[in-house]
Amino acid sequence: MTGRFLPLLKRDLARLLLGGRGGGALLPILFFLCVAMLYPFAVGPDAPLLAKTGGGVIWVAALLAAILPLDRLVEPDIDLGLFDQWALRGISEELVIAVRVLAHWLSFGPPLMLAALPAAALLGLDGNSLLTVEIGLLAGTPGLAALGVTVAALTAGLRGGAALGGLLVIPMAVPVLIFGAGSLGTGGESGLALTAAASLVLLAIAPFAGGAAVRAGRG
Amino acid sequence: MQGASIAINDLACRRGDRLLFRGVSLRLAAGQALQITGSNGIGKSSLLRIVAGLAPAFAGTVASAGAIGLVDERPALDPALTLGGALAFWRQIDGGDDECHLARLGLESLLDVPVRYLSTGQKKRAALARLLGQRAEIWLLDEPLNGLDSHAVALTETLAAEHCASGGIALIASHQPFALPGMQTLPLADYAA
Repeated sequence: MTGRFLPLLKRDLARLLLGGRGGGALLPILFFLCVAMLYPFAVGPDAPLLAKTGGGVIWVAALLAAILPLDRLVEPDIDLGLFDQWALRGISEELVIAVRVLAHWLSFGPPLMLAALPAAALLGLDGNSLLTVEIGLLAGTPGLAALGVTVAALTAGLRGGAALGGLLVIPMAVPVLIFGAGSLGTGGESGLALTAAASLVLLAIAPFAGGAAVRAGRG
Repeated sequence: MQGASIAINDLACRRGDRLLFRGVSLRLAAGQALQITGSNGIGKSSLLRIVAGLAPAFAGTVASAGAIGLVDERPALDPALTLGGALAFWRQIDGGDDECHLARLGLESLLDVPVRYLSTGQKKRAALARLLGQRAEIWLLDEPLNGLDSHAVALTETLAAEHCASGGIALIASHQPFALPGMQTLPLADYAA
């Protein structure tokens, strides 16, 4: 099992984190920073208002940034016949999807947490809010990664699959968003715990739902 | 490679609401080869995919012993990687480390070339290299000669012959003639539903 886990993870990271032609992790991060930069322009330089709403903006931007690489997550490998070749070698779709969730998270979770530092400065968040945002992102982004890969597997091969995938991710990401952004206001620590809980549910479902979707998509 | 076998019993295949073929039964033992012939769309590729376990059978059963290797129109090599890098991925998965077949397939000079720049025939040869590296007992070849020049056609036929001589099984779906000593043919049109 480990003999196959490592090559798969290495390949996924080379594609998703470093990117090559797809842009890798850079594009979602730049997108995230752009949103954080545009928001103060749009609402004006009202420091208390920015500090009060900035955390929520970071969360929305993070969610949208997680949607960007959706069309690169599963569909290219189905088109190339890689999933078929893996199946012939006894490598289950569940393993491939689980590895992909890990690689997808590594390629946007930690970079997003780094990018949240300049974003927090742009929005004028104080230290405590920033810490809550960072812990919240650490708890919530694995769930967003799992959700993204699951939906990418479900919509692979459909016409306009990428756009449809984005639309499907948003409502299902609402619990993570509510608890994650809520932890900045009334939620506090319990908000973070519920973010992690929602994240874990998505993580637990993803390999099985994604694997079944890939198998069902085989004609 | 001893003990490889395929047993197909009363197999039927449906695509959408169309029944492609039915009543296909065959048995292949170690060292045997079979070519499935027939016009386009008659179900040759579907039959191979059912044998590979990648598509469900509408009726009937398929039992096979031995690892299965498949070469179809998709080379399963990352277009963005160099040929060497893309094949190295499969070497890690399959656990082999022999590169002797690369020279034979004329791929040595192409190892630095990104896969997306390769021609159809070169991709086909690269897929054959992947298949050889897999060391599977059962070869499923879907139109293996498409896009190959006459030299590569002869080479593919030789490789298949060597594979069968060493106790492997080759199941070939092709509308083109495939020269392989002792190979049986199965005209799929006889089973069209």
